[in-house]
Parts: sequence; structure tokens; C-alpha cells
Amino acid sequence: MRLSVQRPGALVLIAALAFVLRGVVAHAQDPAPPVRIGLTYAPGTKPGVLVLPVNGDNGDSVRAILQRDLDFGDRVNVIATESIAMDSMSDGSRGQFNYPLYSRLGAAAMVQVTATGSALHVAVHDVRTQKVERVKDFSLAAAPLSPDWRQQVHAISDAIELWLSGVRGIAATRILYSSGGRVWQIDSDGANALPLTDGSPPAFYPAWHPKATHVAYAAMTEDGMRVYVKEMGPSGGGATRPLVARVPAGSMNNSPTFSPDGETILYAHGQENGTEIFAVPTFGNIAPRRITVSRGFISVSPSYSPDGRRIVYASNKAGGLALYVADADGTNAEALTPFNYGDRTQRTDPSWSPDSRFIAFQAEMDGATQIYTVRPGENRGAPKQYTNQGRNEDPSWSPDSRHLVFTTNRSGSWQLWILDIESGRTRQLTRAANGARAGAWSPRLVSHQ
Amino acid sequence: MNRIHRGMALALVAVVGVSACRKSPETVATPTDTTPPPPAETCDAACRQRRADSAAAANAARDRAAADAAERARLAAIESARNTLQATIYFDYDAADIRGDARSSLDAKLPILRANAGLQLRISGHADERGSDQYNDALGQSRAAAAKRYLTDNGVDAARITIVSYGEQRPATSGSDESAWSRNRRAEFEITAGGTNIVPPQ
Repeated sequence: MRLSVQRPGALVLIAALAFVLRGVVAHAQDPAPPVRIGLTYAPGTKPGVLVLPVNGDNGDSVRAILQRDLDFGDRVNVIATESIAMDSMSDGSRGQFNYPLYSRLGAAAMVQVTATGSALHVAVHDVRTQKVERVKDFSLAAAPLSPDWRQQVHAISDAIELWLSGVRGIAATRILYSSGGRVWQIDSDGANALPLTDGSPPAFYPAWHPKATHVAYAAMTEDGMRVYVKEMGPSGGGATRPLVARVPAGSMNNSPTFSPDGETILYAHGQENGTEIFAVPTFGNIAPRRITVSRGFISVSPSYSPDGRRIVYASNKAGGLALYVADADGTNAEALTPFNYGDRTQRTDPSWSPDSRFIAFQAEMDGATQIYTVRPGENRGAPKQYTNQGRNEDPSWSPDSRHLVFTTNRSGSWQLWILDIESGRTRQLTRAANGARAGAWSPRLVSHQ
Repeated sequence: MNRIHRGMALALVAVVGVSACRKSPETVATPTDTTPPPPAETCDAACRQRRADSAAAANAARDRAAADAAERARLAAIESARNTLQATIYFDYDAADIRGDARSSLDAKLPILRANAGLQLRISGHADERGSDQYNDALGQSRAAAAKRYLTDNGVDAARITIVSYGEQRPATSGSDESAWSRNRRAEFEITAGGTNIVPPQ
């Protein structure tokens, strides 16, 4: 998702203010409101949201998924209340709701979901005004509790988050990663881990096509590391083919990434005279084209800007490993993180945010690797550090440009975690027995209007 | 004790008797000595054949031992050459330059490669666990390429050497300290052809 505004954080707050407490503003002069909702709308404030129990056979699952998604979205504060307790708070079937109690619990909004056959009827209430603000019926066509069904419920969460905050959520997404020599996908909430490759040859560094129709990854063959492109059919099945038909024996090929239109793949190609970044059409048998000039040194880990006109990559061509921004054809390269003589910090694995405002990367100094962001424009300022626990690598942006999935050993093994860059909140995504590395966040897979 | 003395005396008499016999066959034996003389040593053709066979066997055994020793030395030299060829070289942090110790190791491989035109090598480059996985893939490639370049710059045909990078995926030792890291920043050498009949350099 690409925001057209320069300050989406402010947009979020304004939108939250506009919706959640429309009534509060209207009644701001009330001398002694019976319930005072504790929102100040300062940066970082999250309005409280209550999700009522959901009827039907899978009502508990629906409610649990919605609550977790809204919580993981980090834009609202989900008020945790046991279903039994909630049963005494409402009688939605008769349209009676205990708004004063919801308000005392801290809720600015209440979500009411009613199962109707293979659909969910969703209503969002403004607790302050005691009015229904949004209503919509969502179809659930997939088999109940199946991975596709869960994605459809995630998409409902994302729509609710859009209504509440002005920004669509990121629940209906998946994350690719490598574990045990296989490429896997996992839902954004950590469910439904599914291997996409069989481990022979060992596969690494997966990347999503912008429409999630394909994935690219590198695999270690007998002749060296090669890049492959795999179709994403049902349940992760689909044909796989080499990205480049004829690759020099012994060459190293890794770090594939798709252009925003999906028509081009950038990847790093190393032979005996250094490693350069090449561009090749995703589809069609057209020879790759070298776009960097590293003169025997190393350039790797490219990432496109959201408009596809610029790229960022890591290179040691001027000494230490630093980040460079260039036009998409490799020309007009300039250092994003200048290398200073004597500076042993390695800055690598850049990822350009979907809203174009930030470039996330990892910086390593004496074995400690942390996640940073820097602005790509002229007024970039100093990089901002987000982690300080364990080693932290491979950042990849969520579609809302607010979350990063990254690899860390803070739990004792290498696993994927998710970071909210606005609050600093983290959560563990994977608990893979063989560890997990190199997460890549998908675009939104299902999107209800 | 007396029995021993008597036996010795009898033996002495017998020796004298035999000796006298050889010198003077006509001499009549002493009437008092009734001990029969030992049979005269004879060696017929079979005996001589046995002796010849024995000598030949001894010579053959000696030759075999010498050959075995030579073979052991040859195999040891081959094994030494193989070990020299396969000796790992190490690199500094974030570097693909050939260090002094690595240069010595590569120099030792050169005469073996020159003496065995059929030998082919595969050099794999590796990195320690620090830093970006993708960069470490490229760094391993650079290390393998640097080792190959050193050998080809010194006369080895480039077609005899292939390279591959495993980045940080195949550490030689586990651990997250300099001791482990220094053992993992390396290039390994695998003989891919001509390894069974290596001719050690003279």
C-alpha cells in the first residue's frame, strides 16, 4: 500500500479521532459526562475496541481471530474480556447494548459480528454516541477453519481496522521464510506454516511477486546457488523454473527481488570477478543485464522503491559495506550510508517501505546486528535504531509500512519476529524447530472493500 | 652335577673321536669309547633345493619388505600430497585477501598440481556467521575466487579448478566467538578428478 500523504501516523490519529469520538467532540462542553473515555489523541494513543461474542459454530474462532488481528495491527487497544462475562453485557439479538459499561471498560468502539449462514454481518458501534457507524456483510466462501477461510476472516479484520483507523490492516497477509533448507509461508498471525519447497536443493531468500502469484528464491545446487521462480497455486503448489536458463557453472546467484510491477527481477550474480546486481525480465527468455559496477567488489541485496524508479542495495565497492541508492538501471548511484574510513559498521539487507518514506536495514558492528531505518530523501537525518536485544537481521516491510518482520536470535534460536516501528512493540511470529530466517512479507492477499 | 660332568666328558671324547676320524680314517677307535659317532652331514639335491628355496624365500621376503616400505612411503607421500592439496586456508574478517599463511599453503599445492596434470580441484568459499547471509554468500564466492586466482596466476590451468560459495551455511565449527569465527572464514579444497593416482612431486 502506498500512502499519498507524508505523515500517515497523523492520518491514523486524525481518522481515529474523526470516527471514534465524533460524539465526544460534539459533547465536549458537557459539564459532567457520565463516562469519560480515556483518549487523548497524542501520538501513540490507541482507542479501545471491544469485540462482542460471535454466534454460530465457529463464532469463538471468528472472535479470537478478529481480536488477535486488531491487537497485532497495533492501531487499537483490544479490550480483552471473557466471552462469558461479555454474554451478560449484551443482548445483541434484541439490539440492546450496555454502552456505559463498554465505555467504563475503555472501549471507544464496539464490534458486533453475527454469523448468517456462510457470511458474517459486521457492525461497528461508536460507544460514545451509542450509534452504529459501519455495517457490512462479508462472504465466507471457503471451508470453515481452512487456511483460506482464515484469510477471509483476516480480511474482515483489515476492513474493520480501516474503518477504525483510516488504514487497512495487515492481517490478510503471509510471510515467506527459509527453514531447514525449505521455503515456507506462514500466516501473519503465526498460523498455517506450510512448506513450499521440498528441501532438495536447499532453498533460501524467498521473495514475493507484488501480486503474490509467484515467489522467487535461491537454491544451492551442485553447481552453485541459483535463482528459481515458483508459481503460487492452491496450497502452495505450482510449477518451478530457473530464473535464468543458462547460468555459468560455479557462479553465485542470490537475493532475488521483484519490481513493483512484477515484470523484472533483480538478483545478485557473482563469479570470479566480484558480485554484481543484474536485472532480468520475470517472464520470457531474455538475457540478464548487469546494472551495477563494483569492479571486483560485492553488490548484493537489492530492493526497489515503491514507484519502481529507484533501487537501494548494499556494496563494499568503496571500502566498508554500505548502502547505495541508484536509478533502477543502476545509474546515478549515491551512498545512502556513507562509509567513513575506520568505520567497521556493515550496513546491509535494505528494504524500501511500501509508502516510500523509509529504508530499513541491518547494521552490524563487532558481532552485534541491529535493525535501523533511514529516510531516503535529502533530509534523511541520522538512522534510527529499533532493536537492541540479541542479533537482528533481514528486515522486510509489511504492506502498511508500519511493521517489519525480521530475523533474531533473542529467543535462543533464529526465529522471525515482528516489530511495530511506531510503538516498538515486538512479537514472535515463528517457532520453527530448525529456526527461521529471511522473512519476506506478502502484499495483502484478500481485500474486502 | 656329576652327571653333567660325565656327559661333558663323553661329548669331548666324541668330538675328539670324530675329529680324529676325519683326519685319520684308518685309526681304530678307542676300545673304551662305545658311543656311536653321529651320522655324517649329507646334503643331497633335495637338501640343496631346500636351501636354495630358503635363501630365495628370505631374499623375496627382504625384497617384499623393501617394496612394502617403498609402497608405504609412496602412499604416505600421496597422502601427504593429498592432504597438502586439501589443506584449508583461512581469511581475515570481511576480507578475501590471501594471507601469508594461506599463501604458504597455496604454494605447497603448486608443485603437486604441476606434477599431476589430471588433478582437478573444487574450491568452496565460506564465511563466519556474522553479517548478512546474502553478503556472506558473495564473500564466500570472493574467497574461493581469490584462492583460484592465486593458483592460476602461478601457472595452474583455470579449467582444472571450479569454485562454489556456501556462505555461512556450512560452518566448520559451531560457536559465536572469534575462535569459531576464525575457523569458519575459510576456503576448502576438494579433489574432483585425478585423486587416486597422485604422483608426489620430486
